Amino acid sequence: MDTTEISLQDHPAQPGQQPSQPELLRLYERMLLIRRTEERLSADGAAGKLPGAVHLYIGEEAVAVGVSAHLSDRDYATSTHRGHGHYLAKGGDLNAMMAEIWGKREGICKGMGGSMHVADVSKGILGANGIVGAGFAIATGAAYGAKLDGDGKVAVCFFGDGASNQGVLMETLNVSTLWQLPVIFVCENNMFSEFTPSREVTAGRIADRARAFGMPAQEVDGNDVVDVWLAAREAVQRGRAGGGPSFIEARTYRIHGHFEAESFILAGNRYREDAEIDQWRARDPLDRARERLISCGVGAAALDDLDTRVLEQVGAAAAYAEAGQPADPELAATLMFAGQEA
Amino acid sequence: MARRRFIEAVHDALVEEMERDPKVVIYGEDVELSIMGDMRGLHDRFGHDRIRNSPICEATLTGMAVGLASAGYRPVLHMMFSNFIYTGMDAIANQMAKLRLMTGGQLELPITIIAGYGGGSANAAQHSDSSYPVLMNLGGINVLTPSAAADAKGLLKTAIRGRNPSFFLEPSGRGGDMGEIPDGDHLVPLGKASVLRDGEDVTVVAIGRMVKPALASADVLAERGITAEVIDPRTLVPFDEEAVLESVAKTGHLVVVDEARECCGAASQIAAMVAEKGFGLLRGPVRRVTTPNVAMPYAPNAEAHVIPGEPRITAAALALTGHRVRT
Repeated sequence: MDTTEISLQDHPAQPGQQPSQPELLRLYERMLLIRRTEERLSADGAAGKLPGAVHLYIGEEAVAVGVSAHLSDRDYATSTHRGHGHYLAKGGDLNAMMAEIWGKREGICKGMGGSMHVADVSKGILGANGIVGAGFAIATGAAYGAKLDGDGKVAVCFFGDGASNQGVLMETLNVSTLWQLPVIFVCENNMFSEFTPSREVTAGRIADRARAFGMPAQEVDGNDVVDVWLAAREAVQRGRAGGGPSFIEARTYRIHGHFEAESFILAGNRYREDAEIDQWRARDPLDRARERLISCGVGAAALDDLDTRVLEQVGAAAAYAEAGQPADPELAATLMFAGQEA
Repeated sequence: MARRRFIEAVHDALVEEMERDPKVVIYGEDVELSIMGDMRGLHDRFGHDRIRNSPICEATLTGMAVGLASAGYRPVLHMMFSNFIYTGMDAIANQMAKLRLMTGGQLELPITIIAGYGGGSANAAQHSDSSYPVLMNLGGINVLTPSAAADAKGLLKTAIRGRNPSFFLEPSGRGGDMGEIPDGDHLVPLGKASVLRDGEDVTVVAIGRMVKPALASADVLAERGITAEVIDPRTLVPFDEEAVLESVAKTGHLVVVDEARECCGAASQIAAMVAEKGFGLLRGPVRRVTTPNVAMPYAPNAEAHVIPGEPRITAAALALTGHRVRT
């Protein structure tokens, strides 16, 4: 794969509108939190400590962070099976997420959802979702609610290039355009549809699918948090102002596998080359944000201190999760229905 | 009391609940015109923000209900025919039935989905399924199958006010049936069966569209000296087990009449429940009278041949109680 072929033809960069240095630092810190959390999950998963599969977002952090920087708790977001990054970027509690992934009672979903389903409704995080493409319609419905409320809320739908081949994308592009709903479709094109390279299963340019409906669409460098941030700001502003839906395709790369234990099922088979992964590691979104910060005067030592603090936070969260209580096995029977009214 | 048709009762329930709560919002295919008749006039009354035609895209419509409910609304989605549920199944089976559990109880999804079901109108196989068994198996969905106008109104109002996803299934071809509806804010609780006729010899549980032939069968049986107790469960989820077991304790015999196909149908579930919890009450096998495991044929005579009707219900009851038939 030609990893240098990232089209930025619709790049919105307008000098003078870049994020401020404190904002860039906040973006970097949030990306760091996601990265260090997932590195810990990778290690704990490999050590056999986690009960279920984990799908890691490593390498794609700039997308969730660059978009979510423009959102408040009142805004909605739907996420994917690769959802830790969206959850943390939108302000979900780290300890509660970690405990959830460990299957503990203290988990954000009380151990009933797990890694693929972390959700914090109080923060507008309507949930990671194990069904590829399920978020399209949920986000569109939430955006319908936001439009009826008429108070400037927006809904963001994070999805992958794999989900872009689900027919419901076309359905939601249609209805959200017709009804001018404040929804922002954010395609994280990480080049893989599970274990299949996207180019083998995806025709044309994904962003063109939105353009066919007359929806404003941008293709951005998903490994540059500033590029994502700029595009998302425009889209969110459009949604809040009643200007209808937007589409962002962020070109990025999934550094880890589809899920962490995949080597066991692949049994030695490969679906990509190490050289390709290395090429993308050289474009690491955290390294690039760090370079930007240093170039605008932030000291490397300060950034290293930040990293240390984040690592401590992650270590504390893992300890919290490990020390948590087992999930309540009787809970499932009580959670299917809220109390019925007569 | 007011005398109203079934679809008028549905209409009245929608009007009352939309007036009561501005968060009730209706959308779906052709709802503004209301080809089923149950929503006629609502668009003029409540406007485009509260009731809106949608594109034909069931996978999106059901998913949007999840999002809209998450955003604090009470969506009412009309899906016309219950066969169309299948096109919208992901959001039903994987989302609305599961998200309350999966989020540890964070999400409540007060969603009402309306759809007509059943045969008898020469609509052929893709518009004639009785789709409730698949919904019953999902676990997190209320399944409402009223047969009478008053129950239609009371159950729909309860569903719209509720805190859970509910399917309100309208019996095909029964929309014009008249019934007496109590005045005032008429609510019917979920999970409470209605005993439509008292009897001593056999319990006949009839679901939705099957209530009418079951009552006809009770008349025929009565002529032969057999009294059938006819029970309309009104809701399949939750299900009033107690009412059925109490009746079987009295009669010792059970016939379940279900228009859904035999395999894993509602009748199968009810028969299994009684076998497990009421085996000692039974004086004979439970009989299921269902549509066989076929797609609904188009020709009216072929359709009538497979849908349970009075003669098959009567025959099943006679097979159980025949030894007491006075000739």
